[in-house]
Amino acid sequence: MEFFRNTNIDFLGKKWYFLAFSLIFSVAGVLSMLFWHHIPYGVDFRGGTLVYVKFSHTPDDNALRAAMNSAGLHNAKIQRYDVPSANKVLIDLDVRETSEQALDQGKAQIINTLEKNVTPGKIDLNNAPFLTIKNYLMDKDPMHLGADADQKYTQQAQAILDVRDKVNGGVLNSFDQLKSTVDAAVLASLPDGFFLSDFGVYNVEIVGPQVGAQLRKQALLATCYSLAGMLVYLGFRFEWIYGVAAVVTVFHDTLITVGAFSLLNKEISLTVIAAILTLIGYSNNDTIVVFDRIRENIKLMRREKLSDIVNRSINQTLSRTILTAGLTFLTVLALYLFGGEVLRGFSLALVIGILIGTYSSIAIAAPILVAYQDWRVSKGKRPAATPVRAR
Amino acid sequence: MQKNLLWRLIVIIATLIVFLFGIFGIPQGLSGKTLLEAMTNRIHLGLDLRGGTHLILQVQVNDAVNVDAQNAIEVLKEQLNKNKVAFSDISQPDPQNEPDKIVIKGLPPEGRKTLLDILSERLSEYTYSSGTENTYTLTMKPQMLTELKNKAVTQAIETIRNRIDQLGVSEPTIQEHGLGQYQILVQLPGVDDPGRVKDIMQSTAMLEIKEVLGGPYSSEQQALQEKGGVLPPDAILLPGHAVPGAPPDQQAWYLVSRVSAVRGKDLRDAQPSTDENGQPDVQFTLTGEGGQRFYNFTSAHVGDRLAVVLDNKVQEVANIREAIRDQGRISGGSMTQQQAKDLSMILRSGALPAGIKYLEERTVGPSLGTDSIRHGVMAAVIGMSAVLIFMLIYYRAAGVNADVALLLNLIILLGFMGYFEAVLTLPGIAGVILTVGMGVDSNVLIFERIREELRNGKTPPSAVDQGFSHAWITIVDTHVTTIVSAAILFIFGTGPVKGFAVTLTFGLLANLFTAVFVSRAIFDWVLSRKGRGEALSI
Repeated sequence: MEFFRNTNIDFLGKKWYFLAFSLIFSVAGVLSMLFWHHIPYGVDFRGGTLVYVKFSHTPDDNALRAAMNSAGLHNAKIQRYDVPSANKVLIDLDVRETSEQALDQGKAQIINTLEKNVTPGKIDLNNAPFLTIKNYLMDKDPMHLGADADQKYTQQAQAILDVRDKVNGGVLNSFDQLKSTVDAAVLASLPDGFFLSDFGVYNVEIVGPQVGAQLRKQALLATCYSLAGMLVYLGFRFEWIYGVAAVVTVFHDTLITVGAFSLLNKEISLTVIAAILTLIGYSNNDTIVVFDRIRENIKLMRREKLSDIVNRSINQTLSRTILTAGLTFLTVLALYLFGGEVLRGFSLALVIGILIGTYSSIAIAAPILVAYQDWRVSKGKRPAATPVRAR
Repeated sequence: MQKNLLWRLIVIIATLIVFLFGIFGIPQGLSGKTLLEAMTNRIHLGLDLRGGTHLILQVQVNDAVNVDAQNAIEVLKEQLNKNKVAFSDISQPDPQNEPDKIVIKGLPPEGRKTLLDILSERLSEYTYSSGTENTYTLTMKPQMLTELKNKAVTQAIETIRNRIDQLGVSEPTIQEHGLGQYQILVQLPGVDDPGRVKDIMQSTAMLEIKEVLGGPYSSEQQALQEKGGVLPPDAILLPGHAVPGAPPDQQAWYLVSRVSAVRGKDLRDAQPSTDENGQPDVQFTLTGEGGQRFYNFTSAHVGDRLAVVLDNKVQEVANIREAIRDQGRISGGSMTQQQAKDLSMILRSGALPAGIKYLEERTVGPSLGTDSIRHGVMAAVIGMSAVLIFMLIYYRAAGVNADVALLLNLIILLGFMGYFEAVLTLPGIAGVILTVGMGVDSNVLIFERIREELRNGKTPPSAVDQGFSHAWITIVDTHVTTIVSAAILFIFGTGPVKGFAVTLTFGLLANLFTAVFVSRAIFDWVLSRKGRGEALSI
């Protein structure tokens, strides 16, 4: 099977269309970053408190909002996530409500506000950690065990947690759900010390303001170092203009990807930065493959114009470019569709980035080389932006 | 040709065995369950997959510098007095921001030599500069300052590790974090309610025994009034309880000596216990040297009162009835049994050299971890099968070649992780998937080149040869750039992101071997079985 055989498309002739396309997306992204959604920083970068909660029933957003308000958390954002049937809610507190002194204060307030069916002196089993359950069992000793109590109750407490977290996704509706796995005496003793609220805490992220600023700086630095690394390596392997062309291309990809996040108002988290750095590497791959071919062809076709050589090189590598991009895209798409909530931002960045990165190695990187040579010719210099010293 | 192939086959099989061992070790059995168990014994799951708590702590290193400066001031005062050199004041002008700066005021010119002697003999970590009007400024040498701060971090890590170990948290990670910001990363797998652990880690546990000079006062103002508006220079006011067991809002203030008779490092042991009323308390024992000092102090102050001070809060005030050598207790009012147990553990583990602040706290609930594993595995299986199947359809027999190379690539990647005890995180799984997507690029590059050479009329053996040699340069270039990206991620990233950088790097390194060496060997083997002029299935 073969998709592209002997294609002969004049890519360079379409460079003005490419330029217009890239400009529209870059400018739209930049405008959105400046005036619309700005850069939607995730909690890693802006700081704040995120509490992910799973309810045992469909939560009522308005009631939740009212409850938060009455607890004094006026800026809390309440947002459903995942599929609706999962009954999951994200409660998002601003960094201003995340104190440096008592970092987890907001989280404690949220959990206290959500608690239902509270019975004085009893503990919420849906939000009780392992040790609390085990210590309770050790104190009560419902199975009347002697020497091996520690081991037995460790098992029992673990069994309770397994049913709660692995079978029921974090929330128990009634003690009866434990019936088949937990010892009858243990089960009978539970209601004396525990009650069941209607939610379980799924995930908590608290980032203080200081860390946010530090991470922003680090992410920016990492991206810059990455770009500089590419510039140096390509400058060393090819001619410096190749390095410049590749870095401009990758910068273009990064700008459009970040712009897309701003346009879509999707949050940029640490993992999204990881995806962007991966893209810098990936987009460079594509560019290098084309450049390598140009370098090879320049040696073979000394008489021809650079623009013809470039066009020929792009066409020769087109099959590979599309295939690789397609296959990587396939894996990334699987990640986006099946990888779950946690990886959604990460895989979205890759999905966008792989499309842009493939496009740009053809539409941006190669035309820069030709434009540079044309500029040199117009200045009356040696018409060679050609890497004579191929290593 | 045949002999050469055999040799390469041996290399490939040896690699396979070495890395399979890296993944599974020596397996106990061959059923799916035992293999999975063997694998998770060697490749550890990250916090985001198994659930737990991730904390970043800031060590307030200036505290440690302040202690050193305070000590230096004491030494200066003592030595200048001993040498009968007059001075009007020695103090830190700005302990908050410049804790390493000490200013000496009103030192007469003839005292300069004595000062220099003291500096060179006792305080070699400070440099001095003289200002106008007999003023001298001491500043800590930058190198010593950094050393002191780093030591505070190392000590804090040590102390926190002691405490966490005693809490029975399995496989905790406690290490310096960030690039010279004096931060500590603490990861506690399986701990999904960090409240108590956090309190225990944060407690400075600075125990001191001081002489009580006045009090209790109901407020700071009252204390000041009674002392005529100025506190004696060698005394400080500390909060505490008026009556043991009083509610926390009924605070009382005590005037106590600035100098401590006994400090935390004089402590030998601390154990939970109960007082005469059956209330939980903590009994502590002093070291020989500390006990001697305590004996001297108590014998000189019979009839006076002493205060047991913990983290600058008065816990206990008692009359000294007779000289005491090495025993003491802390009850501080209403302590529960658990609190008494925790406090004695904290005291035994030693004091933190500086205060600690929490900067970041992330808790992954166990059900999220389970979900993430399920999602990660599903995405991996679907993504990889899509690639493998596509390669088979598009390249036919050569597709088998690519798929074998990719599977071997995966085995080597996981084996690497087993050997290096790398941690598999959710982004790490994404890295594995991406490795397959990007690793297949090398195969595509080579195969497309071979097809091109075949179209140009080359014979299969020479097309394969040309394909590999032309693609090789490109493959090296593309891998290097991606590994540069991953390396930078590894340096800057934390936790999950680091896991991603690790799998991506290992995966691409393995890819160099599988896509080029292994794939070439398979091609050569196929060619060696074909007759001259027979077509290649690609």
